[in-house]
Amino acid sequence: MLDFSISKEQKMIKSEIAKLVKNLVVDNAHEMDETGEIQAETIQAIWEMGVSTAGVPEEFGGMGPGGSPLDTALILEELACGDMAVAVAATLPSLFIQPLLQFGTPEQQNKYLPMYCGEKYKPCTLAVNEPHFRFDAVDLKTTATPANGGYALNGEKCFVPLARRAEHIMVAASLEGKNQLFILESGAPGMRIGEREKNLGLYGLQTSEIELTDCQVEADALLGAAKGCDYDRILQRTRIGLCALATGVCRASFEFVRKYAKERVQFGEPIAHRQSVAFMIAEMAYEVDAIRLLTWKAASRLAAGLDAGRESYLAKLYAGEKAMKICDYGVQVLGGHGYVRDYPVERYYRNSRGISILEAMAIV
Amino acid sequence: MIDLNMPEKVETMQNNMKNLARSMFRPISRKYDEAEHEYPKELDFFRNLPIMNKPKKKDPAKAAAPKKPSGDEASAKLGANLGLIFSTEALCWGDAALLLSLPNAGLGNAALLAVGTDEQIERFGKKWIAMAITEPQSGSDSGSICTTAALDGDEWVLNGEKIFVTCAERSDAVVVWATVDKAAGKAGVKSFLVEKGTPGFKLEKLEHKLGIRASDTGTFLLNNCRIPKNNILGSAEVKQGTEGFKGVMKTFDNTRPLVAAMANGIAAAAIDFLKEQLEKSGAKLDYKQNVHNLDSVEKAYYRMEAELEAMRLLTWRAAWMADNQQSNNLEASMSKAKAGRMATLITQEVCDICGPLGFSRKYLAEKWMRDSKIMDIFEGTGQIQHLIVARNVLKLNSSELR
Repeated sequence: MLDFSISKEQKMIKSEIAKLVKNLVVDNAHEMDETGEIQAETIQAIWEMGVSTAGVPEEFGGMGPGGSPLDTALILEELACGDMAVAVAATLPSLFIQPLLQFGTPEQQNKYLPMYCGEKYKPCTLAVNEPHFRFDAVDLKTTATPANGGYALNGEKCFVPLARRAEHIMVAASLEGKNQLFILESGAPGMRIGEREKNLGLYGLQTSEIELTDCQVEADALLGAAKGCDYDRILQRTRIGLCALATGVCRASFEFVRKYAKERVQFGEPIAHRQSVAFMIAEMAYEVDAIRLLTWKAASRLAAGLDAGRESYLAKLYAGEKAMKICDYGVQVLGGHGYVRDYPVERYYRNSRGISILEAMAIV
Repeated sequence: MIDLNMPEKVETMQNNMKNLARSMFRPISRKYDEAEHEYPKELDFFRNLPIMNKPKKKDPAKAAAPKKPSGDEASAKLGANLGLIFSTEALCWGDAALLLSLPNAGLGNAALLAVGTDEQIERFGKKWIAMAITEPQSGSDSGSICTTAALDGDEWVLNGEKIFVTCAERSDAVVVWATVDKAAGKAGVKSFLVEKGTPGFKLEKLEHKLGIRASDTGTFLLNNCRIPKNNILGSAEVKQGTEGFKGVMKTFDNTRPLVAAMANGIAAAAIDFLKEQLEKSGAKLDYKQNVHNLDSVEKAYYRMEAELEAMRLLTWRAAWMADNQQSNNLEASMSKAKAGRMATLITQEVCDICGPLGFSRKYLAEKWMRDSKIMDIFEGTGQIQHLIVARNVLKLNSSELR
C-alpha cells in the first residue's frame, strides 16, 4: 500500500549522514568550491559509512545486504544538501560498482569489485556525457567497433568525474547500434585524458574530457561480455540518482532563504513579511517536496524490480526544470547578497543547472 | 517504509472509476455544459449507490481515541481519504461539473459528518446539503461575513445574503455560515442547518459561469429566516474563542486535497486528449530521448505529464497523512496551490497546441480549459493557499505575513 513515511531504519540512515554532513561538509563547502579541493578525509569518512558498498556481497569486500534505491536516494539527498560536488565525489565508485554488480560476468566482478570495495576510497568512474550540441545519452556518438578480437573505441567524453585519478573508467559507447559499457584502464593506448575542466558548477569536483582514438580493448572489457548490459536500466538508476541530488541542492537553497528572509529587515520588517518574497519561498517548499516525491516514486519502482523508464525520465525532466527555478528564487531572495560568493545560494544556482544537463553523476 | 508503488487492487479500482466516468459522465458532458442549469437526471442513478459516503453514527469511543494503524494494517487497507481522492480524480477525468452535481454529495454533507451531532446526522444525513459561506463582500476573508444569527427564544433568526453556493437549487438543505457576534470577528462565526422551504430562505438566482456549467451555483437571501435552536451545527453551546471557526476550517484540510484531485482529473483528461492526437499523428513516446531533441509538441507533452505526476503525488501525500492521523494543514494547501494552478496552465496549453481542436465545441478540450479555472479559485484561492504554505514554512502569523 502507498506509504509516504520513512521507516525507523531509514530515519537512522538519514540522520547519520546528516550528522556527518553537518560536521564535515557544511562549513567547508564554500572553501571547497573556491579552492576546487575536497578534503580526502571527508571523502574517506563518507566512504566508511558504506554508502557505495551497501548491497555489495561480502565476498567482494562489500557490506552485504542493503543499498535499496530508496535508502540511497535518502543518502544522496542528505549529501547533496551539504554540497553537491561532495555528494558526487564521495559516491562516485558506485557508478562503477553498481553496473558491475548488476551486469558484470563473474570474472569481471571477481576482478574489479574487490579492488574498489575495500576499506579505503579508491576512485573509479563512469563516462557518459559527450561534448557536442544536442547530446543525447541514448544516442551516443562514441562508438565501439569489433576489431582484433576485441573492440576499438572512438569518440569524446566530457564531465568525467575524477578521470585523472581513476585507474579504471567505464565508458558508454554504441556497439553496432546498441548502447553498452566498456571497462577501460586509465592510460590505455588511444585514450587521452584531458586537463581538469572548468565548469559552471561543481567547482570542487575534478572532471575531465576523455578522447578515444582507436582505443583498443579486449573482448572481456565489454561489461557483461557477450551478453552486454541493459544500458537503459543503468540510465534509469543514474537519473533517479540525479533527482536525489537535485532534491538535496534545492532543499539547501530553500532552507537557507527560509532563515534569511526572517532575519533580513528592510522597510522596518523582515522581508519574509512581503508576499512577493514569501510566495517564492512557498513555491520553493512544495517544489522541493514534489521533486522528492517523484524521485521516491521512480525509486519505488526499482525497489520492486519494476521498469522505471517512464518514471525516471519524467522525474529527471521535472527535477531539471524545477531545480533551476528553485535555486533562481534562492538567489533572488538575497538580492545583491545572493550574487556574491560569500553566500551559498549562488553556488546552488550554478550547481542546479547541472541537473538537466549532466548524466551519470550518481546512481541509486 | 517509503513505497509509492500503486497496489494492483488500487489500480483496478481506479480503472473501474475511470470506466464509470467514461460510460456515465463523458456521453452527457457536452449536453449539460450546453444546457446550463438543466437537472442531469442521468445522475439519479447514483442516489443511494455504495460509492456515496453514507452517514455513520459516530462512535464516541472511537472518536475519543483514534487508532493509529499498525504497520500491517496500514499497508493492507486503502484509507478513506485516499480512496476518495482516487475516485474524485477519476470522476473528474469524466466531468468535474457532473461530479459536483452527484446527489447527496454536497460540501454541507462533509461538514455535517465532520462536526454534526449524532442527532443532526440522524435528522439530516439522508439529505443533499449545500454549503453557503461566501457573500458579496466576503470571499477569501471568510471571517468577515455579515450574515447574522440572533437567538430568539428557541429559534435562530438569520439575515443576510449568500452567493456562489454549489448545488444551490438541487440541494435539500444548506449549511449557512453566520455570525452570532460581529464584534467578535472569527470567534462569532458559526454554521447553521437551513432546510429548503423554510420561510425567509429564498433561492434568488443561479449564476451563468465560465465553466462547470452543469453545476448549479446560486444566491440565497435570508430574510428573518427562523430555524430551530438545535440547528446550529455541532454543539448547541456557543463556545468562546475561535475554536468553532477553526473547527470548520479544519474540514478544509480534507477538502483541499479533494479539489486538487478534481484539478488533477481535468488535467489528466486534457493530457490524454493531447496524447491521442500525438499518437494519431505518428509520434512515438518512448520516454528516452533528450527532451530538447524532440519536436515542441512532444516536449510539451512530456512536461505536462511530469507536472501531473507532481500534482498527484502532492495530493496523495496530503490524503495519506489524513488517513494516518497526521496533521496535514501544510500539505493540503501545498497540493491545492500546485494542482489548481497547473491544471489551469495545462488545459490552456492543450487547447493552444491542439489548435482548431482546442477551440471548437466539437471536442471537450475547450470545456476542460473552462472547467479547470475554478479549481484555482474556490475552496481557497491559489493566493490564499500560497499564503497558508508561506506562513507555515516561515512560521509567521496572519498579522506578520498578510
